[in-house]
Amino acid sequence: MVENTGISDIVKDENLVYQKTKVLTDKVMHYCPGCGHGTAHRLIAEVIEEMDIQAGTIGVTPVGCAVLMYNYLDIDMQEAAHGRAPAVATAIKRLMPDKYVFTYQGDGDLAAIGTAETIHACNRGENIAVFFINNGIYGMTGGQMAPTTLSGMKSSTSPYGRDVQMMGNPLKMTELVAQLPGTWYVTRQAVHTPASVRKAKKAIRQAFENQKLKKGLSLVEIVSNCNSGWKMSPVEANKWMVENMFPFYPPGDIKLEGKMVGKE
Amino acid sequence: MAKSKGSIIVDKERCKGCEICVLACPTGVISLAREVNSKGYHFAYMENPEACTGCTNCAVVCPDGVITVYRKKVNA
Amino acid sequence: MKELKLMKGNEAIAEAAIRAGADAYFGYPITPQSEILEYLMAEKPHERTGMVVLQAESEIAAINMVYGGAACGRKVITSSSSPGISLKQEGLSYIAGSELPCVVVNVVRGGPGLGTIQPAQSDYFQAVKGGGHGDYRLIVLAPQSVQEMADFVDLGFELAFKYRNPLMILTDGALGQMMEKVWLQEQKPRMKTFPEWATTGKTPDRERNIITSLDLDSAEQEKFNMKIQEKYRKMEAEEVRFETTDTEDAEYLLVAYGTSARICQKSVRLARDKGIKAGLLRPVTLFPFPKKILSELAGKVRGILTVEMSTGQMVEDVRLAVEGKVQVEHYGRMGGIIPSPEDIVDALGKNFLK
Ligand SMILES: Cc1ncc(C[n+]2csc(CCOP(=O)(O)OP(=O)(O)O)c2C)c(N)n1
Ligand code: SF4
Ligand code: SF4
Ligand code: SF4
Ligand SMILES: [Mg+2]
Repeated sequence: MVENTGISDIVKDENLVYQKTKVLTDKVMHYCPGCGHGTAHRLIAEVIEEMDIQAGTIGVTPVGCAVLMYNYLDIDMQEAAHGRAPAVATAIKRLMPDKYVFTYQGDGDLAAIGTAETIHACNRGENIAVFFINNGIYGMTGGQMAPTTLSGMKSSTSPYGRDVQMMGNPLKMTELVAQLPGTWYVTRQAVHTPASVRKAKKAIRQAFENQKLKKGLSLVEIVSNCNSGWKMSPVEANKWMVENMFPFYPPGDIKLEGKMVGKE
Repeated sequence: MAKSKGSIIVDKERCKGCEICVLACPTGVISLAREVNSKGYHFAYMENPEACTGCTNCAVVCPDGVITVYRKKVNA
Repeated sequence: MKELKLMKGNEAIAEAAIRAGADAYFGYPITPQSEILEYLMAEKPHERTGMVVLQAESEIAAINMVYGGAACGRKVITSSSSPGISLKQEGLSYIAGSELPCVVVNVVRGGPGLGTIQPAQSDYFQAVKGGGHGDYRLIVLAPQSVQEMADFVDLGFELAFKYRNPLMILTDGALGQMMEKVWLQEQKPRMKTFPEWATTGKTPDRERNIITSLDLDSAEQEKFNMKIQEKYRKMEAEEVRFETTDTEDAEYLLVAYGTSARICQKSVRLARDKGIKAGLLRPVTLFPFPKKILSELAGKVRGILTVEMSTGQMVEDVRLAVEGKVQVEHYGRMGGIIPSPEDIVDALGKNFLK
């Protein structure tokens, strides 16, 4: 029987360096083993704890695997209809401008059915944060093709691989909204390694901090795995993500302080 | 020179055995147990506890937030 | 201060929303109700009361903004006309399923499809039977004058909050465009405290608030359905509103709401001039529907004629309420045509006085 109590002379309160944030509830998350949704939730919760804004934050959950996010974050939350989170968040922010408001959305939610709501919230420069989990697939409904599914990538509705002639091209929503004057901060991150997680957390924090400036919308894309939808083990899925998703969806900042990165 | 020694505690009932922490550990501390928890997952545990530096890498990548990390300075 | 003004129905709704202390309006232009958004933008309610007014990118976005605002415990209103109301149905279902209060105005135009921009009453089914997916109801108020267009906004918020349920003001392009004198109530202050269920930020003294219509547990979802049905039964017991004209000695009963009811009042006089003892029942709440009074009157009259600017939708509810006690017929005009008082008297004759 493996005991998991740690080394007794080190496991002492004064030596504690990392524990689950209190902004996460004790509920076991329903996600598949290794799914990036869990990490992304935790980072948002950690930022809320570190900024001490639990009472000042309202979150909006999507329709997608993260629909039950409100069970895991100990903050007030609203569940939006599929794709409508940016409209819901717009109203919350307009009515309570001093609150921190964020949406959390999958790629189907944000880049297919909710395209109009996404683009217009970005274009109006709503002072909200949008966290966009891009796993290139419809996870919740069983791995169908998403707007973000890569060319040639298999899904349950592109079983022979995405044929772009027939099914259209993968959509880079993040690059697209970066073009809009209403976005202040647009970045693409990942959460598969310790270094990427630490960077992603900084980006999430930035998206919350930006709301104080009232200069526009912050969007943080997190390229993530869907090992169930991709039909791989979590470790394989992360490797596949680096080799296949990153070339098309390269992590990095796209727009900082309202200016496109790498442009005058 | 001051060195760190660490220890982790995995909440083994909540661990889903995804192995992400195993890959993230720079000193090869963690393995998945041969036995399973009540959910049927091979949970993570410290196979080489002496190698742990308390760097928190494993906890930082754990999607289920089930790892707690302790670290203590020791004089080498 | 109360104020008497000459206004269009649509403008009266907009002004009434400001004076009711509404926190926000979200809408999208569509004829024949665009004056509501136009009036609000011109009035700068942001300066008058701090009310938020936003032109959304679609009716879908607008109703989801209503959802977001209502979930913060705020008084939120939107308006549209038939094709736009169809787009709002998804949002309305979520609002009902999350038990949120709001006021939705439908200034009906003729359909189906893009139809016409002229007035109609062909959205009755959509308004009173739920409209979107799932078992839910809207409270539905049917004004017949510019005064009621204004009054029902405040009443609408009161009922919507009382029951935590979306409420629809079902009106039409004729009332929306009509100019009449209207008494406007004095400015109500906007709310300063919000219901305990609202997502206003989780403070240490309470549990977090979650606004959702999701429950994956069938037993819980059934329980929720039964709970909201109970709410609807309570509305049926306590909130039915109607008006009667000359029903005491009536032998023939007209049943009509909104614009049609206005015309029917004239038809009653015309019929009586001809020696036909006509009366009128005007449902003011279409849900809850005035079933009891209809059933009572059905026992006293020789025939009932419903008058609707549609192919006959409310007539089905009248027949259900009457339970075969008396013959019920329908007279209607479609496509934006408003029936004349004489047409209605003729229809009464053709159906019952052959
Ligand atoms: C109006 C509507 N259409 C379709 C669905 C079914 N549906 C639920 S989740 C989903 C896709 C979710 O994919 P994504 O946004 O990428 O989230 P993921 O599960 O991958 O995190 C779909 C199509 C729905 N719930 N509502
Ligand atoms: S289906 Fe995919 S996105 Fe959903 S929980 Fe599983 S791995 Fe995550
Ligand atoms: S990352 Fe977390 S859930 Fe996955 S195996 Fe390690 S401890 Fe378990
Ligand atoms: S704290 Fe660092 S060294 Fe220790 S187990 Fe975790 S990753 Fe390995
Ligand atoms: Mg997805």
